[in-house]
Amino acid sequence: MTDDIRSEILLHVNGRTHRLSVDNRRTLLDALREGMGHTGPKKGCDRGQCGACTVLLDGRRVVSCLTLAVAADGAEVTTVEGLADDGELRPLQQAFIQLDGFQCGYCTPGQLCSAIGMLAEHAAGWPSAVTADISPDGPAPELDAGEVRERMSGNLCRCGAYPSIVRAVLETASREEVTR
Amino acid sequence: MKEFAYHRPSQIREALTMVVGNEGAQYLGGGTNLVDLMKDGVEMPTRLVDVRHLPLDGVRAAPGGGLVIGATTTNSDAAAHPEVRRRYPALSQAVLAGASGQLRNMATVGGNLLQRTRCAYYADPSQPCNKRSPGSGCSAITGEHHNHAVLGWSDHCVATHPSDMAVALAAFDAVVRYETLDGTHEIPLSEFYLPVGATPQHETVLPSGALITAVSLPKSAVSPRSQYRKVRERASYAFANVSIAAALDVHEGTVRSARIALGGVASCPWRARVAESVLQDGAATADKFRAAADAELSAAKPLRDNGYKVTLARNLIEAVLTELAARTK
Repeated sequence: MTDDIRSEILLHVNGRTHRLSVDNRRTLLDALREGMGHTGPKKGCDRGQCGACTVLLDGRRVVSCLTLAVAADGAEVTTVEGLADDGELRPLQQAFIQLDGFQCGYCTPGQLCSAIGMLAEHAAGWPSAVTADISPDGPAPELDAGEVRERMSGNLCRCGAYPSIVRAVLETASREEVTR
Repeated sequence: MKEFAYHRPSQIREALTMVVGNEGAQYLGGGTNLVDLMKDGVEMPTRLVDVRHLPLDGVRAAPGGGLVIGATTTNSDAAAHPEVRRRYPALSQAVLAGASGQLRNMATVGGNLLQRTRCAYYADPSQPCNKRSPGSGCSAITGEHHNHAVLGWSDHCVATHPSDMAVALAAFDAVVRYETLDGTHEIPLSEFYLPVGATPQHETVLPSGALITAVSLPKSAVSPRSQYRKVRERASYAFANVSIAAALDVHEGTVRSARIALGGVASCPWRARVAESVLQDGAATADKFRAAADAELSAAKPLRDNGYKVTLARNLIEAVLTELAARTK
C-alpha cells in the first residue's frame, strides 16, 4: 500500500465529467472553485457553519467546505450553476428573484441548493425538529414557515433576507405540490 | 493542514489493517468534525481511511426484537427511518435536534459517538487544554465556561460531550459494536465513555485502531413513549445548554418504568439512574418528578458561570416527565 498524498479522481459536475489530480487536503469547495471554475458555491466560514458552500452530492445537500474532494471521487455534484434547465431558471430561482429572496447574494447559491435538497427531503416524508408528530404512521409533515426556518437553519444570511427566503421556498413548495 | 494519504477500503478487515498499529492513521466518516479539526490544526492525521464504502450502512431489525443501526448510516437516514421514529422516537428527535440538514446528510452514526467536545479552548491550539495537550492545564475551569459541565467533571477538564444522538442512545441502553483484528466486540454505551479523571484525552474504551461497526438498540416496552427536548441559545443549529431524553411507562398513576438521560451537563451522556430509582414504582406526579430530579442533581457541582444548568436540568426533567405521564395515562 502506497501512502500518496495526491489522488487521481473523477467528479461528475452538473452533468460533465472531470478528471482531476488533487492534493488529498483539497476540499470539494476548493476543487470546484479553483480547479474547475465553478465559483457559484461560496466560501463563507469554511467551517461548515454558514451553508454558503452548499451543493448537492449524489442528490443530497452537503457543505462542500467539509467534504474532501478525494472522498467525493466518483460522485455526482450539482452546484447552483447546474440548477437551471437548459438556461431556463427553476421555479425556486424565479421565486427568489420575484420575492426578493436575497440582498447581497453571497449566500444565495447555498440557499438555492439547500432548498432544492430540503424540498426533496420533505417530499420523502422526513420529519424535522419542529415536526409535532414524527410518527411514520401519521400524515406527512406540512411545510409551513416554522418548518422551512428549521430545515433551512444551516444557511445563514448576513443581510437578514430570511422572511423573503422563507416566502420564496414556500411559494415554490406550494406550486410543486399543485403540479405533482 | 498537514499532508495525509487517503484510502477507501471496501472490507472491514482491510480497513483495520490500515489503521491498527499506525499512530497517524484515523478513520474518516462524514468528516464534519474531523475535517474541521484538521483545518484548525487540532487533528493532524497522516493517513485517512474512509469507512463510508464499507458494508456498514442501514438500519435493520435485530433478532431479539430491537434495531441495529450500521455505523456509516447517516444521521439523516437514522432519524428518518420509520422503525426508529415508531419505536425510539426520542432518538429520531435527538438526531433532528443536532447540527443542520447538510451536516446530518454527511455525519455518520459511528462518528457522532466519537465527535469531540466543542469547548473553544480545545479547538484553539494556542491555549492550554488537557484534552488536546495532556498536562498543559484546563483553561475553561477559570475561563469561559458558561456551557461546560456541572456533573462528573474533574480538575483536569470540564468539557461536555456535544452529541444529542448519544443522549437518546444512553436512555435506551444502546450497545456499541466494534471490530478489532481479534474479532467482534460489544460494549454498553453506559460503559463506552470513560470518566474524565486525570486523563481527559482518553474519552472512550475503544482499543487503538478499533472500528465501530454498529449501534444496537434492545427491544423496549417503554421506548415508544419517549421524548427528546433540547434547550439552546437560539431556535436551531446550536449545541445544547441542557437536553433530556426520557421514556416513561405509567400504569394507574404509578411509574412502572422510567428512563432519563441528560445532555450538555457532563463529559458523556448522563444517565440519571438516581432519578430513575426514585421514580420506580412511585406516584406519577409533578412533586415526585421534581423530587427525582433533585435527587439526581444533588451531585451537581456548578462552575462559577453555569449554575443555571442545574435549574434548567431540574425543570426539564419535571416538564418532560409530566408531558409523558399525561400522554400515557
